[in-house]
Amino acid sequence: MAIENNTESWDYAPSLEGTSHIQLKKKYDLFIDGKWVKPKSGKYFASINPANEEVLAEVAHANKADVDLAVKAARKAYNNVWSKMAPSERAKYIYRIARLMQERAREFAVIESLDAGKTIRESRDIDVPLACNHFFYYAGWADKLEYAFPNRKVESLGVAGQIIPWNFPLLMAAWKIAPALATGNTVVLKPAETTSLTALKLAEIIEESGLPAGVVNIVTGFGDTGAAIVNHHDVNKIAFTGSTAVGKIIQKAIAGTHKKATLELGGKSANIIFDDAPIDQAVEGIVNGIFFNQGHVCCAGSRLFVQENIADKVIRKLKQRMDSLYVGNPLDKNTDIGAINSKEQLETINKYIQIGKNEGAEMYQPKCDIPKKGFYCAPTIFTNVAQSNVIAQEEIFGPVLTIQTFRTVDEVIQKANNSPYGLAAGVWTDKGSRIFNLTTKLRAGVIWANTYNKFDPTSPFGGYKESGFGREGGLHGLSGYVKLS
Amino acid sequence: MKPISFLNVPPSPSIDKVGVEERVARFQTRSIKDQSKMQGLKMVLNMIDLTTLEGKDTPGKVRQMCYKAQHLHDLHPGLPTVAAFCVYPSMVAIAKKELKNSNVKIASVSTAFPSGQAPKEVKLTDTKFAVDAGADEIDMVISRGKFLSGEYNYVFDEIAAIKEACGKARLKVILETGELATLDNVRRASDIAIYAGADFIKTSTGKIQPAATMQVTYTMLMAIRDYFDETGIMVGMKPAGGISTSKLALHNLVMVKEILGDPWLNNEWFRFGASSLANDVLMQILKTETGVYQSSDYFTID
Repeated sequence: MAIENNTESWDYAPSLEGTSHIQLKKKYDLFIDGKWVKPKSGKYFASINPANEEVLAEVAHANKADVDLAVKAARKAYNNVWSKMAPSERAKYIYRIARLMQERAREFAVIESLDAGKTIRESRDIDVPLACNHFFYYAGWADKLEYAFPNRKVESLGVAGQIIPWNFPLLMAAWKIAPALATGNTVVLKPAETTSLTALKLAEIIEESGLPAGVVNIVTGFGDTGAAIVNHHDVNKIAFTGSTAVGKIIQKAIAGTHKKATLELGGKSANIIFDDAPIDQAVEGIVNGIFFNQGHVCCAGSRLFVQENIADKVIRKLKQRMDSLYVGNPLDKNTDIGAINSKEQLETINKYIQIGKNEGAEMYQPKCDIPKKGFYCAPTIFTNVAQSNVIAQEEIFGPVLTIQTFRTVDEVIQKANNSPYGLAAGVWTDKGSRIFNLTTKLRAGVIWANTYNKFDPTSPFGGYKESGFGREGGLHGLSGYVKLS
Repeated sequence: MKPISFLNVPPSPSIDKVGVEERVARFQTRSIKDQSKMQGLKMVLNMIDLTTLEGKDTPGKVRQMCYKAQHLHDLHPGLPTVAAFCVYPSMVAIAKKELKNSNVKIASVSTAFPSGQAPKEVKLTDTKFAVDAGADEIDMVISRGKFLSGEYNYVFDEIAAIKEACGKARLKVILETGELATLDNVRRASDIAIYAGADFIKTSTGKIQPAATMQVTYTMLMAIRDYFDETGIMVGMKPAGGISTSKLALHNLVMVKEILGDPWLNNEWFRFGASSLANDVLMQILKTETGVYQSSDYFTID
């Protein structure tokens, strides 16, 4: 028998990552001084799965008194143990944390996808391995600080208060904790209220690793918890990743104090495609630039600039590529775009989409089956956009791309820099000389050439202008946690 | 009809190898399960060009393989046949006789396969001989030497001439990508072949390594996509050589689906040139149905 010219379509059957191997407690207390302690606030809040709105666990809401306990524990651990320990011994603990995380990578990936809505493909292949690699990388620096800063005396700062966002929960925890520990500081870390679970799982691993009590403390909660950390008199350093609005509040709050700070804030990064670019790979770069992690990426390439003579072709190809993206259950291995992190964020994104339409921009969304329950947003592009449109100026933090065209190099440099932000940029061209010309003129902390959204522990990351200051990752990432003399 | 000329071939876009590798890796993360897997595996079987291209081929061997082409695994009813059986021109008449009552097409290599190092007249005669003997499809090779020395015009005209000699037979143009070295060259050769009239573009002869890597197939599929968007004309694709496992075959189908779409997912527009792939697919089909792997001794080798 022959199947002649099969005309039915071929679809991918659901391929769900299992969840039976993960362990989640019903209720999580605060991790202070090496122990799990009930919050003095007495309050707990629910952490939900944004893909189906089901409650995953109850998480403690730390108040001022809880934060005070955590800072005291961190101070005690700093004075008595951590600052006195031989750097090579510190390295062993950091290395051990990395190994333990690696061993439980699958559990971390699944919990990250459940709690944050991100696809299992990304949490499995990007978030968790990168988080492990940050610990591995900074473990290596712990006993080599004198080589990182030659001819300088290197001292740790003390207690670092760290506040991280919900877009890369575990990865941001790793970015913050690893360099702080390597340089001899102790930590009070607050994860975002919608994504506390992997930080709490990390606390379990820290417990298992035998890290001395109080070196890392995890306090969960909302903005008031973060404020309590920022305003605590005995914190030496604030490391914050999040919105520019909150970044400004923090900077005001610590003005006039001795506290050091690094802020990694928002962005509205330009992704620039020249007419000699490898066009199909550039289209893929546009997709990775804006739809990676549902667009919840501070350095997302959310402003696309295409040279006018290839704009039609690029947009046609981009739409075709968008049509082949799968939006849906984050735990399905074939899902390309998962759930929006929270209801609030979905409302924000939808508000901007409406603004875009009102501004007269032309919208395109591929037809895709969006689950009825949970928070989802179809990948969206706007063409016919002007620099003066709100959607081209403000950070949307979702899968929404604005497309503008340009004619000359000078024009695109001017437009790309014409933003209060300056976190990242992408340049797509076959000409090496043009890449170097742009990298020297674009005011952005990270510039990718013929690729986008590439991260590595050895490479520093951080912004210009209102995208913040200080660098995380690489040799530069050590600077924010040391006092040099 | 527009006069065919090399001048009509548009400039080819540059290809970034690193970007292609990354894109291909992403296709390979697609997880094909359950009914999708079964449907995919059966499609693969039905897309195979069963092939024997050896100096030692005999009428006896060809007859045996013709039977296999129609009866892949009779112990398991309901399986499709392969798409075509591919031989040297001298064996076409024998295959034609054996396959006259089946849907299996007869493909013949030609143009001094595999090297293509022969005068144009010889190549035309070679092609006409195969067509006259009853070949439904002609698998020609391009002149790689001419291509690499920049004589694109020559390559284009040669393909156009062979296409004319094919008459009603469909023409597959083998680029022999293993000798073209770069993806930029693969793309350029694809564009030349397509604009010169290829019904199919094909990666390799199977005699040179590397053959049908996913990077190469991806690059060629993008050329087909662009041509379709430009003209509305479909061109087929045949990766050949090096695809011997079901998993790799399914990942190729994933690429076809996501780049070209469902209309290409049948043997009219997509083929696998492979000799050992069929048995691996059969083994996977039976494993999927029974839950256990059978010994390879249960699958016939002709």
